This record gives sequence, structure tokens and C-alpha cells, in this order.
Amino acid sequence: MKENSAIERLYNGIVKENPTFVLLLGMCPTLAVTTSAINGLGMGLTTAVVLTLSNVMISLLRKIIPNGVRIPAFIVVIASFVTIVQLLLEAYLPFLNEALGVYIPLIVVNCIILGRAEAYAYSHGPVSSLFDGLGMGLGFSVALTAIGAVREILGAGTLFNMAIMPKSYQPIGIFVLAPGAFFVLACLAAAQNYVKRKLAAKGKDVSKIGSGCGHDCLNCSEGACTERTAALKEEDK
Amino acid sequence: MADLLKVSSNPHVRSKVTTESIMFLVIIALLPACGFGIYNFGIRALFVVLVTVVSAVFTEFLFGLYKRKQTIGDLSAIVTGLLLAMNLPVSIPYWAAAMGSVFAILVVKCLFGGLGQNFMNPALGGRCFLLISFPALMTNFVTDAYTGATPLAALKAGEEVNLLDMVIGRTAGTIGETSTVAILIGACILLLFGIIDLKIPGTYLVTFVLFVGIFGGHGFDLPYLTAQLCGGGLMLGAFFMATDYVTRPITVGGQYLFGAFLGIMTGIFRVFGAGAEGVSYAIILGNLLVPLMEKVTIPKAFGRGGKSHAK
Repeated sequence: MKENSAIERLYNGIVKENPTFVLLLGMCPTLAVTTSAINGLGMGLTTAVVLTLSNVMISLLRKIIPNGVRIPAFIVVIASFVTIVQLLLEAYLPFLNEALGVYIPLIVVNCIILGRAEAYAYSHGPVSSLFDGLGMGLGFSVALTAIGAVREILGAGTLFNMAIMPKSYQPIGIFVLAPGAFFVLACLAAAQNYVKRKLAAKGKDVSKIGSGCGHDCLNCSEGACTERTAALKEEDK
Repeated sequence: MADLLKVSSNPHVRSKVTTESIMFLVIIALLPACGFGIYNFGIRALFVVLVTVVSAVFTEFLFGLYKRKQTIGDLSAIVTGLLLAMNLPVSIPYWAAAMGSVFAILVVKCLFGGLGQNFMNPALGGRCFLLISFPALMTNFVTDAYTGATPLAALKAGEEVNLLDMVIGRTAGTIGETSTVAILIGACILLLFGIIDLKIPGTYLVTFVLFVGIFGGHGFDLPYLTAQLCGGGLMLGAFFMATDYVTRPITVGGQYLFGAFLGIMTGIFRVFGAGAEGVSYAIILGNLLVPLMEKVTIPKAFGRGGKSHAK
């Protein structure tokens, strides 16, 4: 797969660098709202929409935004999209808005979105940024839905509000409470690591490729990142 | 002559105390309370004990197979299973008891690195898991013998309790917690063999009595305080769970601090909390703070400290 192509970006976001299971970003909504599969899916898709739009917008503006104030600029762009999405949810999907509550406005400070803006969109073109946002957003949605589904099945005996467990099943209440979120996240992350190790043993490449590293992280000391640091030092002089 | 000059590296003197011997003594010390529970609640209590012990040992055995290192020989899984059973009501379904054991051994102990690495008491971890997951099952103390509330719940509701029954243990409650006498017999065994000392249980109970005396609303009323001491899992927790080697502080100062913390927390849970009991939550909360308590009470090394170093 060619780097930065659409398919590669999607695959990278959903599997290789899944924001939840691999990068462990955005833990706050991950742990807080995944009490059921529908909540997880709703949160994931809402974030995906904001992430995709903000990635494209920031990518388009990347030549105009001055380096020194790029973080506040990102926040303004992201916050605008979050406000739009929140108003839309209130108008058309009030039940989801109610279920997710304060976590919708908190998408502004979701570190996945800011992270992708900083690490990818700020240094790549709008098309590949679009697919990067889509991939990461879908990866986040898949992860949250999976966590929500496991918690809902174990903790309430239902899936997407349909009873799927036998009547005699006694729901394990702890799974819809906060500790259950940690248990399930840990187990799923361990499971995907196990699968990846098996795949790697078969010779398939599932390693993190550090993609999105546009050699532009200011504080990154990795060899490849020296390019940007050197350029900045040059600027300072 | 050659035999007289044996050259070997240290240690030259080995203690006979091993993990197995300590665990064995703890099991012996738990038997009086366990036996009384079976006498008090009937044969089903025995089955609950068997279920938790067998599932605890079996879980540890399976994990040992996976790690290719068997640790069931140190008897700690039996202690965990026994302690868990003593913390369960006799009416608990067998599958829930087994689930508690599996959680205690697998999640609380083995996943953190096995005995010695667990950050909270496995039996209490299992109990709290069950308590949060199945509150209805875990607080159903109605049996053929007892239909009323536990003494502690009655006390909270302002009813009279029979102190003699509480001391002997003829009350409702979990399998192993009811009989203060049986627990104290076990505690004496541990004290005599030097397995535990009175630092933690003593500080715990004294702090608790002071707290309840001051904030309990009954003043230092002897029957009320005695009922609070003998009711619920306080005795069992103070002597058998707060003193767990792995999850208590190792510094002497830390142990006093730990005991005082547990006393205050138990008092807060019992006096101001919504439920009648709070020993298990107090202890696992204390377990989590143990590293901090050790950090602030590290003793000064010999020759350090004093005025000449206080610059």
C-alpha cells in the first residue's frame, strides 16, 4: 500500500494505529460513555464527523496558520465543528444528545482530534487528511462500539437494547459501572495485541508505522524529526 | 579436619518459616470461625466454602499451566478461597461464589504478578466485585435460621440487639463473620505463633471505637460500642485481612497509620454511609494507599538524621 493513499489511511486508522487500542488516546469518552453499544457507536461517529471535518479544514489552512499559534487555531476550528455537530444532534437525534450529555462539548478537547491535526493534517494535503480523519474516526467508532457491546452484554444482558442472553442470565452489574470500562478496555486491547502478534508471526506487517509523523513534532527527538527542528532553529536565527 | 572448614556464601542461617507454613497456620486459624459458620448456617455453608476454595485453587492451577510455573503449593489460593467464602452470605448461588473466586485469583492476584505483587487483598477484591455486581444476592441474609436483619443493620435502624448472641455468633450475616469468639480464637493462634502482631488490629479497633464514640451519636455507650465491634466483618477484617502480609505497609509507622486509617474509614462508612457495613471497602481503600503510607514512614537509616544532618 502506498503511504498516504486513501486505503492506507483508512487501514492505518482502523487497524494499525487504532486510536483507542493502539495509541490509547481519547480515554475519557472511551471509559465514560461506553455503557452500551449504541452510546459507543454514537460517540464514535460524532467524533469521527468532527475529526474528518477539522482535519480537512486545518489541512486547507495549514499554510496560513502561523506556527506559534497553531494550537489555539486548531482549537478554534475544532470547537466550531463541535458546536455545529452538537446543535445538529440536539435538533435531530435528541435521545443521543441526552445519553452522551456533557461528553459532546468535551469532544473539543479530545486528544485524538488535536493529535491528528498536529501530527497529520498540519503537514499533509486535504485529501489524505480527509481519509486520515475518516480512518481514525472509524477506528475510534469501532473500538467504542466494541467496548460498549461487551459491557452491555455482560452488564445488562442486551445488545443494542435487544435482549440476547437467556432469561436465566444474571447481569454482572459492575460492567456498566466505571470499573467495568477499565476491565473491558484492558481485555480488548490485550486481545488485539495477541491477534497482532499472531499476524506478525505469520509475516504480516501490522507494526505501527509512525505514520502521520510529518517530521514536524517540535519536541520529538527521533532521528527523522530532526528535519523540522533544524528548520525551526534556522528560523529562530 | 577438612570438614571443619566449610566455605560457602551467605545466608548461613535459614529461617524455618516459609510461605507454606504461614499459610497453613492461617488456614488453621480460620477453621474455628469457618466451622462455627457451618454449624450456624447449616450444610450449605460448607458447600459454599468448598466451591470458593476449589475454584480458587483451580483458577490458580490453570494460570500456572499457562505461565508454566505452578504456585498452588504455597496454599495461598486456599486461604483466599476460605476468606472469600467467609465474606459471603450463605444464600449466595454457587456460580456467583465461584465467579468471586475466579476474579480474586485471576484479576486481583495473578494478572498483577502473583502472590506478593497483588495491590489489594484478593479475597476482599472478590467480595467487592460481587457486592457491586450482585448487590441483591450479596445482602440477602435471610436463611431458614434467621429471617431478621443483620445486627449491624438493626443497630443502624436504632433497634435493640442481643449482645450475647453477637459475641457467640448466633446472628444473621456472612458465613465467617458472625462469631466474635471463634474469630478471636483464630486470632490468638496467629498471635501465639507470631504470624501477626497487634499493631494493625489494635490501632484499627481502638481508632474505630474512638471514632464511633465521638461521631456515632451514642457517646461512649458500652453496649452500643460492643455491638459495633462485634457486628459485621470488623473482627474478621481487623485480624485476618488488614494484616495480610502483601497488602499492609512494611514500616512500623506505616502499620500504625494504616490501622488508624482503616478505623476512621470504617467509622465513616458505618456512621455516615448509606449502608450498615464498610469494613471491606475501608480495607481495600487502605490497601491502595499503602505505598504512600510506606513512603512517608520510611525509618531513618542508622547514623542518618539527627541535628548534625538537619541543615
